[in-house]
Amino acid sequence: MSLARRIIPCLDVDGDRVVKGVNFVGLRDAGEPAELAARYNAEGADELVVLDIAASRDRRPTFLGTVRRIASELAIPLSAGGGIRSAEDARSVIRAGADKITLNTAAVARPELISETSLEFGAQAVVLAIDAKRDGDGWVVMVRGGRELANRDAIAWAKEGVALGAGEILVTSMDRDGTKSGFDTALTAAISSAVSVPVIASGGAMLPAHFAEVFTAGRADAALAASIFHDHIQPIRELKEFLFARGIPVRLPC
Amino acid sequence: MKITLLDSGANNVASVERALQRLGAESQRATAPQCIANAEALLLPGVGHFETLIRVLDEFKLREPLVDAIRGGVPFLGICLGLQTLYDGSDEAPEVTGLQLLPGRVRALPAIAKLPHMGWNRLLIKQKSRLLEGIDADAYFYFAHTYAAIEQREEAVAACSYGTEFVAVVEKENMYAVQFHPEKSGEAGAQVLQNFLRLCA
Repeated sequence: MSLARRIIPCLDVDGDRVVKGVNFVGLRDAGEPAELAARYNAEGADELVVLDIAASRDRRPTFLGTVRRIASELAIPLSAGGGIRSAEDARSVIRAGADKITLNTAAVARPELISETSLEFGAQAVVLAIDAKRDGDGWVVMVRGGRELANRDAIAWAKEGVALGAGEILVTSMDRDGTKSGFDTALTAAISSAVSVPVIASGGAMLPAHFAEVFTAGRADAALAASIFHDHIQPIRELKEFLFARGIPVRLPC
Repeated sequence: MKITLLDSGANNVASVERALQRLGAESQRATAPQCIANAEALLLPGVGHFETLIRVLDEFKLREPLVDAIRGGVPFLGICLGLQTLYDGSDEAPEVTGLQLLPGRVRALPAIAKLPHMGWNRLLIKQKSRLLEGIDADAYFYFAHTYAAIEQREEAVAACSYGTEFVAVVEKENMYAVQFHPEKSGEAGAQVLQNFLRLCA
């Protein structure tokens, strides 16, 4: 008996609105976060991720209010992140109703943030988000929303993050993000084989076949997407029925 | 009927409160021994480390009233770590003692599969269950844990398989517990909570 592969809509939030755009360029409004959350909860999403893309200190209270409103709509797990720089930041997000935190740039700058939060909340509550870009035979880590190169190998960073206490890896392909050409299955398979924790694939999803591919060849445990769900391009129920018909274990909504 | 939630400081106390609210149930948080002694029904949510939860119970002197209430017949529901604390102890924290309401130890799941066991899994029904009444046998529930009660005795009415079989649902008289998170398990999870509320009434 195996775990159902998870389908995870992602809400990129700026203050109290969901926004979308390719690589943070040309952002446009995509709706009210709590409304979208309620819709995904009803449509059979397995989990939700909410990211504060502005991640600015002064707009933090607005983001926490958004997390609180989203959490009150959900009967499924919620991960929240973007701009978490300390255990205190993590605590405020979890108090607002998130089950997990996602760490990215701040963990690259100070890897102990992973162990601190993992000790306090448990490994199941700490998701290490890695933005990876192809570099020769491998992938390098990017930070600050994909704007800056970090001097780290993505596979090695995933392993280090797990050793420090991350309970899950969310890997976004910066090469595929926004291209709608499918997940980078080579990347997700490489990460998934290197670590002992679940891997969430992100970046490039468009067609149901892309999801089937990332769950088989890509060895992903979960797959994340944003605009194809927000824009009703891909209803979650139909996506799950497609996967189910191909023998991929999924939780079909009632 | 009001559900008393043991506020262990765990992440999921608020989620459980919201789930109960959606079902129209009243709840209150308890951090003092007398709240437990007077409770009509008790719920112990828990997620995280075995030692943290046990230390909170001991520090706030909740262990004795909790054990007394459960032995005295007050309906009890343990969630995740709230199931694990019912046993003698856990390999996650060998130096602390569990509530010893059930015999046996909680152990790490075998590392042959990815850990934590995190995500949606199905149950293996072993006996007729009151908590699972009206729920499809192939329904999925959300799990997030690395340790589990592996040995199944008569109180284990349902198991789950992940690397090995482990206890997923406990029912023993007024004592109920689930390893998964009903508050995060969509409609199937809501039905489990609804069933518990009905059993309390």
